[in-house]
Amino acid sequence: MPADWSGAVAIVGAYESPRRRAPGVHPFAIQAECAKGALEDAGLGMQDVDGLATAASFPAEGAREMAVAEIAEYLGIHPRWADGTDIGGAAPVSHAGHAVAAIAAGLAEVVLVTYAACGYSWPHGAPDYLTYAHGPGQWELPYGPSTVATYALAARRHMHDYGTTAEDLAAIAVQCRANASANPHARYTAPVTVDDVLDSPLIADPLHRLDCCVVTDSGGAFVLTSARHAREMGTRPVYVLGFGEALGQVSMSQMWPFTATAAAASGARAYQTAGMRPDEIDCAQLYDSFTITVLLALEDLGFCAKGEGGKFASAGELAPGGRLPINTDGGGLSSNHPGRRGALAVVEAVRQLRGTSPGVRLDSPRTALVHGMGGSLSTSATLILGV
Amino acid sequence: MPGTLARAPGLPPLTDDFSQPYWDAARQGTLLIQRCRTCRRYQFYPRAHCAHCFADDPEWTPASGRGRIHTWTVIRRTPNAEFAADCPYVLAIIELDEGPRMTARIVGESDGIACDRRVRAVFARAGETAVLPDFCLDRG
Ligand SMILES: [Zn+2]
Repeated sequence: MPADWSGAVAIVGAYESPRRRAPGVHPFAIQAECAKGALEDAGLGMQDVDGLATAASFPAEGAREMAVAEIAEYLGIHPRWADGTDIGGAAPVSHAGHAVAAIAAGLAEVVLVTYAACGYSWPHGAPDYLTYAHGPGQWELPYGPSTVATYALAARRHMHDYGTTAEDLAAIAVQCRANASANPHARYTAPVTVDDVLDSPLIADPLHRLDCCVVTDSGGAFVLTSARHAREMGTRPVYVLGFGEALGQVSMSQMWPFTATAAAASGARAYQTAGMRPDEIDCAQLYDSFTITVLLALEDLGFCAKGEGGKFASAGELAPGGRLPINTDGGGLSSNHPGRRGALAVVEAVRQLRGTSPGVRLDSPRTALVHGMGGSLSTSATLILGV
Repeated sequence: MPGTLARAPGLPPLTDDFSQPYWDAARQGTLLIQRCRTCRRYQFYPRAHCAHCFADDPEWTPASGRGRIHTWTVIRRTPNAEFAADCPYVLAIIELDEGPRMTARIVGESDGIACDRRVRAVFARAGETAVLPDFCLDRG
């Protein structure tokens, strides 16, 4: 049985900035560009927005702890509902789910979810630690972790336990690049091979440079409203059918087991609230900060058995003709990753269901799963959309 | 003071009253973990409560310093300036024989580093003041 709110709220506007390099531009300006773009796509104006969600307190996002209030002020609006949940790159997916609850409860009618960062050009420096060196962090930061290293730790153990290979991981990067080749805005469009990935420099073994996402200056936004309101509008509504989120760990010593993530819990809740199974999903936008992020999500979200993600990817199942086409705009691995890919994953899922993807256009998909993964395989938010 | 190993200060631990015994013991060459007085389970990292049963005030206890590499990576590049000069270095998750896992580096001989390989604690000076528990391959 789907949740009583399943299908009660729709995404009616979506926009991704075509920027990939914006030196000298403050990320708030890209926030405003994205907000305007998503509202125009919905046929709405800024005066219609009564709910706002954003996360913008990473250094290259420009805000501090009250990010959502800073962005509201910059946009010039005074929303009656706000969400500043910060669970890393999964945050915008989480915001979408929270917005559904708010709209279904009558706390807001038109919610704008915005995101922007100057991940590449930010001039003020930005270490990528998730905590301070006090409290729990005093037992991790002095050893010198980095974001890519934490994902590499998971990749290594997955290889050990299940025989996953560097070639399996590379197959994911190769597919995302193939999808990007059609996308005029993608950061990289030239095809790559498995050998190209393996020949790129190791950043943190076993992850190579091409196992890592691109780093861009960009953003994206989307607009949600009630299904009743959506049907009166001129655009094609994309309904939110299911949602789940889950918190794992922040310190890597607390990740247990090392080969599964909070996606198993967020995915189960998303399927349950949608009243759907994994084999009813036509396509997916899976968070691809690194190739291993995708591989773990394939397993945790039930698209294949635990340990089979490498074979699933290497067999071509992620291609447009495969069992689960993913990241059809090129994803974070090849198109766009300013900081929190979750916003852009939602935008691409909406475009795919409307038939307007700038990358690979699938044959009339009816359902899409969006999966956000934040921090160091820390947090997870999963959304199921349908038309 | 154990100190045959040394490296740049990096990002020193910012200690507090609660954690000070851990860092003092490290300076003496002892790895401390915690054991719950109520459910008797071990935990790491240290906390003011037991994360298994939420009882207050778990007690410090010396660990054997023996364990296995649960997983590891070689950090060859880092965006974090404090550690750029250390590259390449081996970051690992160690599963202690007592059960909990901890983050550490593997120092010394790197040939043969692999998941599930046995390791033992060693203590490395980081800068002038901190001593960090690290691990090396256990050839014994
Ligand atoms: Zn206890």
